[in-house]
Amino acid sequence: MTDLLSKFDPLIAEREALLDTGVRDPFGIVMDQVLSPTEAIIKGKKTILLGTYNYMGMTFDPDVVAAGKRALDEFGSGTTGSRVLNGTYQGHRECEEALKEFYGMDHAIVFSTGYQANLGMISTLAGKGEYIILDADSHASIYDGCWLGNAEIVRFRHNSVEDLDKRLGRLPAEPGKLVVLEGVYSMFGDIAPLPEMVAVAKKHGAMILCDEAHGMGFFGPNGRGVYEELGCENDIDFVVGTFSKSVGTVGGFCVSNHPKFEVLRLVCRPYVFTASLPPSVVATAAASIRKLMYAGEKRAHLWKNSRRLHQGLRDLGFTLGTETAQSAIIALMLPDMETTVRMWQALLELGLYVNMARPPATPAGTFLLRCSLCAEHSDDQVGEILGMFEQAGRAVGCIGR
Amino acid sequence: MSTRDEIFNRVAAQIEPFNKKKAALGDATSFAKDLEWDSLTVMDFVAAIEDEFDIIITMNMQAEIETVGQLVDAVAKLQG
Repeated sequence: MTDLLSKFDPLIAEREALLDTGVRDPFGIVMDQVLSPTEAIIKGKKTILLGTYNYMGMTFDPDVVAAGKRALDEFGSGTTGSRVLNGTYQGHRECEEALKEFYGMDHAIVFSTGYQANLGMISTLAGKGEYIILDADSHASIYDGCWLGNAEIVRFRHNSVEDLDKRLGRLPAEPGKLVVLEGVYSMFGDIAPLPEMVAVAKKHGAMILCDEAHGMGFFGPNGRGVYEELGCENDIDFVVGTFSKSVGTVGGFCVSNHPKFEVLRLVCRPYVFTASLPPSVVATAAASIRKLMYAGEKRAHLWKNSRRLHQGLRDLGFTLGTETAQSAIIALMLPDMETTVRMWQALLELGLYVNMARPPATPAGTFLLRCSLCAEHSDDQVGEILGMFEQAGRAVGCIGR
Repeated sequence: MSTRDEIFNRVAAQIEPFNKKKAALGDATSFAKDLEWDSLTVMDFVAAIEDEFDIIITMNMQAEIETVGQLVDAVAKLQG
C-alpha cells in the first residue's frame, strides 16, 4: 500500500531539521490570552502583536462586542444552514445593507469567509471558454477560484501594465474576460497601479474584479480601498473584501452595481453549499462596518504608524519590500530561512510577534518577516517595536552594530 | 531547417538562461525532473516563451506540458 502522505516527507524532514536547531515553530504559535488588538500573552510573555491584519483595531471595540453579545442572546450560536435555505437571518441582511452603504453600491453578498468570496466570485463569473487574467502574485484564494471554475487562466507579471496589455491583446476578442486585481498585495505590501490597469482592461473589453482585503478601512476618503484612493470608483465591476482584517471578525463579501448581480446567490457554489455566518459574527461585522465609515482619526493614526515604522526600519539598515510605506504592511526581506527564523525568534523572545513568510507563499523565492500595523498601536508601542528590531537585528547580524 | 526544428531552437534559446544545471536538451527533457524547475521559474519561463512567439499559453495548457517536445508542439499549434 502506498502511504498517501509520503509525498510530504521532504517537508516533514525540512521542518524537523529546523526545529532540531532549537527554534520555536513559526507556524505553531498559540495566543494564550489576548489583551487588546495590539497585545497578547504568548507562553507567559506579554507580546506586542505586529502581524494580525487587525488594521483598524476593531476586535475589542465596545459597540462591536456588545452587538455580537446581543445577537448571540437573541438569535443563538449558529444558523445551521445555507444562505439560500434557512441560513439568512435579519442580521445577514443588515450586514449586507451596511456594506451597500459603506461602498455606496447597489448590491452586496456576504460569504462565510474572504477565501470563499474569491472562490465563489471568480469561479462563477468566468465560465468555460471565457478568460480570467490574473496577476502572478495573486492570493491563493484567487488561484483556487480559478481552479474551481472552468475558464481559461492567463497570468501577467506582477503589477506590469504593459504585460497585462500584451496578454489581453493576444486573446480572441469575442469571449468574456475577467481581469482580477488586488488593491494591496499582501506579501510585500505594495499597491497596484489601478488607473493604468483599469484603462488597459477597458480597452480590451474586460470586466474587472478588485480584491480590497488589505485596503478596506483606511484607503480613500471613505475607507473603501485602494480603488477609491486612486479614483477608480466607477470602473471596478466587482469589489471583493473580507471581515477578517479591518472589520475585525470573519467573513467575506462582494459588492457591485451590476444590475444582474443578485442571480449570483443562486449559482455561486461556495455561497450555496456552506453554512452561513453565525448571527453574532454578522452583527459584529455590521456594527464594525458602520463605525469604519467615520473612522477618519484612526485612519490617520494608522498611516502615521506605518510611515514611522517604515522609515525607522530603513534607518536601522533593514531591506524592505517597498521604497516607501505604500500600505499598512511592511515586509523585511531576509537572505535565507535560517536568518529569517532566528530573527523571528529573537523578536518573539523580546516580546514582538510578526509573521514569517517563505516560498512558495512569497514571490520570487524570498524570505520575509511581515509586519502589519494597527490603528491602536500607540506612539510608545511603535517606539518599543523599533527598539526590539534594533536589538534583534544586531544580535542576529542582519544589521550592522 | 523544418519549422519544428526552428521552433525547437528558439525554445532552447529561451531555456538557456534558466538552465542552471546545463542539462542537455531534447524532446524528452522534462522541465520538472531534468531541469528541476520550481513553479516560480516555470512562470518566468512561460512569460518569456509567450513574448518570444507572441502567443498565450494558458495555465490550463501548461498543466499538460511536461517536456520540451510537448512545449515545441504546443507552440507550433498555437502559432497555427
